[in-house]
Amino acid sequence: MAYLRSILRSGKNAVPAVLRREFHRTLPAAVQQVTVRDAIKEALDEELERDERVFLLGEEVALFEGAYKVTRGLWKKYGDKRIIDTPITEIGFTGIAVGAAMAGLRPVVEYMSFNFSMQSVDHIINSAAKTYYMSGGLQPVSIVFRGPNGAAPGVAAQHAQCFAAWYGHVPGLKVVSPWSAEDAKGLLKSAIRDDNPVVFLENEIMYSVPFEMSEESQSKDFLIPIGKAKIERKGNHVTLVSHSHVVSRCMDAAAVLAKDGIECEVINLRTIRPMDMEAIETSVMKTKHLITVEGGWPQFGVGGEILARIMEGPGFSYLNAPAVRVTGVDIPMPYAKHLEENTLPQIKDIVFSVKKTLNV
Amino acid sequence: MAGETSFPEPQLAGARLVVSARTYADFTPQASFDIKNCDVHKLEEGPPLQAVLTREEGLQYYRTMQTIRRMELKADQLYKQKIIRGFCHLYDGQEACAVGIEAGIKRSDHLITAYRAHGYTYTRGGTVREIMAELTGRRGGIAKGKGGSMHMYTKHFYGGNGIVGAQVPLGAGVALACKYLGKNELCVCLYGDGAANQGQIFETYNMASLWKLPCIFICENNQYGMGTSVERAAASTDYYKRGDFIPGLRVDGMDVLCVREATKFAAEHCKSGKGPILMELLTYRYHGHSMSDPGVSYRTREEIQEVRSKSDPITLLKDRMLSNNMVSVEELKEIDVEVRKEIEDAAQFATTDPEPPLEELCNHIFYNEPPMKVRGISPWIKLKSVS
Repeated sequence: MAYLRSILRSGKNAVPAVLRREFHRTLPAAVQQVTVRDAIKEALDEELERDERVFLLGEEVALFEGAYKVTRGLWKKYGDKRIIDTPITEIGFTGIAVGAAMAGLRPVVEYMSFNFSMQSVDHIINSAAKTYYMSGGLQPVSIVFRGPNGAAPGVAAQHAQCFAAWYGHVPGLKVVSPWSAEDAKGLLKSAIRDDNPVVFLENEIMYSVPFEMSEESQSKDFLIPIGKAKIERKGNHVTLVSHSHVVSRCMDAAAVLAKDGIECEVINLRTIRPMDMEAIETSVMKTKHLITVEGGWPQFGVGGEILARIMEGPGFSYLNAPAVRVTGVDIPMPYAKHLEENTLPQIKDIVFSVKKTLNV
Repeated sequence: MAGETSFPEPQLAGARLVVSARTYADFTPQASFDIKNCDVHKLEEGPPLQAVLTREEGLQYYRTMQTIRRMELKADQLYKQKIIRGFCHLYDGQEACAVGIEAGIKRSDHLITAYRAHGYTYTRGGTVREIMAELTGRRGGIAKGKGGSMHMYTKHFYGGNGIVGAQVPLGAGVALACKYLGKNELCVCLYGDGAANQGQIFETYNMASLWKLPCIFICENNQYGMGTSVERAAASTDYYKRGDFIPGLRVDGMDVLCVREATKFAAEHCKSGKGPILMELLTYRYHGHSMSDPGVSYRTREEIQEVRSKSDPITLLKDRMLSNNMVSVEELKEIDVEVRKEIEDAAQFATTDPEPPLEELCNHIFYNEPPMKVRGISPWIKLKSVS
């Protein structure tokens, strides 16, 4: 599929030899190609090994090796006590996980899809997010909720919703949305070590995408701080802010625009809450043009929040054009391929929006 | 470890002894009482039909129940004076449940309940002062005034939960942690007859049973879920059977000894590795569901009066002790006077202690976190949060 190929191309130096026919070029010995899926698994494995209190629970995480094979091998290594298969009872097992966290364990709850987390939302918000505050600091809740979020090819309306804005709304939660393999590994490790409830939004499209992992990122103590964005590509003309799989689209669009002499600065948010507004503002002060790009719905979305904060902050007076949002279409996700493709931002949509904003 | 260092050491409720004019040798040191038989479900036998009560235990149970009773009545007063606001769900009538359960478990065991929680906050180590100051929303409150009536916590007591039924999977999770950490502790998960129909409770029964979690599920059946009587809400009102594959027993919740023996029996079952067990306590609340409910549109005053005169838990214990010469009338009166004073002092504190300062508005969002900025009401207001 065209989209998948474009993702593979744009993953940071992903699969260079195969696509560019530079067979003589080899990667430095310490750098490795790691898929996002394997990076997540590495993070889980390392944290399970490091801290006895960490355990995983969710549907099919143990014997089935994970619905998307993310947890492959972990049950064989750690056994029943630490990798727990649950019945298909989201609100029940989420409540149990939060209770275990209250009593001092560090659970990692897997949702087969964040769409199923809607059944558990009461526990994520009322039992986890709010408790430290309501108890006046007596009862912390150290827990991670993870799983695939947002669009996946062909899964249709009930399985394709993006929950970044929903969870990003709630004080007391941290919400993380990694893009690359390094993001996934470093951020998941930070999330598990964090003493607070963290919602970790993966994406199914990204699971199989390989990325270069630096030597540093292969260390067992490699952490990426929650709350800091990353500039994936520097540029002077326009700032593109994105998260999760859509970052790949932005990188592709940037490559296309570069041919026309337009240099985009692509910011990978990495964390939805707390959001790194400083990085966005610094970039906007340089480029004077802002476009947010996301897969989620437009109304009350991540882009809406960024634009509101730009209006209220120092960045506003630097803008040479109104900041705009590029989002998913405001409809339930359709099934037919052509319809589905036209529901999410494509490269041409980003290119078009940049040119409109720059008035070229 | 999270939660280990935050809590102050708990007080042993009602432990002080009363000095009496008559010598200790004049009183019966202990007596054996017949207690009601419990209906059982999927159990070969139930708790014993007799309970031994020592004088010390009797005095302690009496003092604790009386403290809870008086504390709740004072809360009623303060609520009517609008010094307590919002939700206030009172426990008077149900004292034997909280006191009996606590007598049947260890302090190192765990407990979680729903919103009718003031009694449990006390039996689990909170002081009357800090409970009342939390109700009035002051800085000396057990949750620093941030939580209110439904969100009080102590060591090994997980609240105080406002969402009906949510506390049950949470409690099973605490039990999972007990088993995981190999501590030989259990968790008591309380819920009401109204919550008993919640889906998440059945999901919890399933997992607790599958994984043999050491939890005692306890349904405090006070006959009414808010204003809906049990027959109007439940297709089966045999709450002790609704765990299906989980063994259950139905207990007289107005008799503190009955509750204690049943709890001991249940705790033994859990700790021997047999997995969860379910107890239904038949009890009654004198007040309405909450302070905004007079409690008479769905039940008669006669019914309330009948329970008060025939089954009051404090009167039951008092009569038993007096008729067996375990205590004197003066001694109990002295306890009453002391309790009244303690409540008055606490109420005085709760009405005069200042509210938490505005500078602390945004604190306690995250644990173990460097100070961070919080968005205020308008873009120009910059607030700060510390852990």
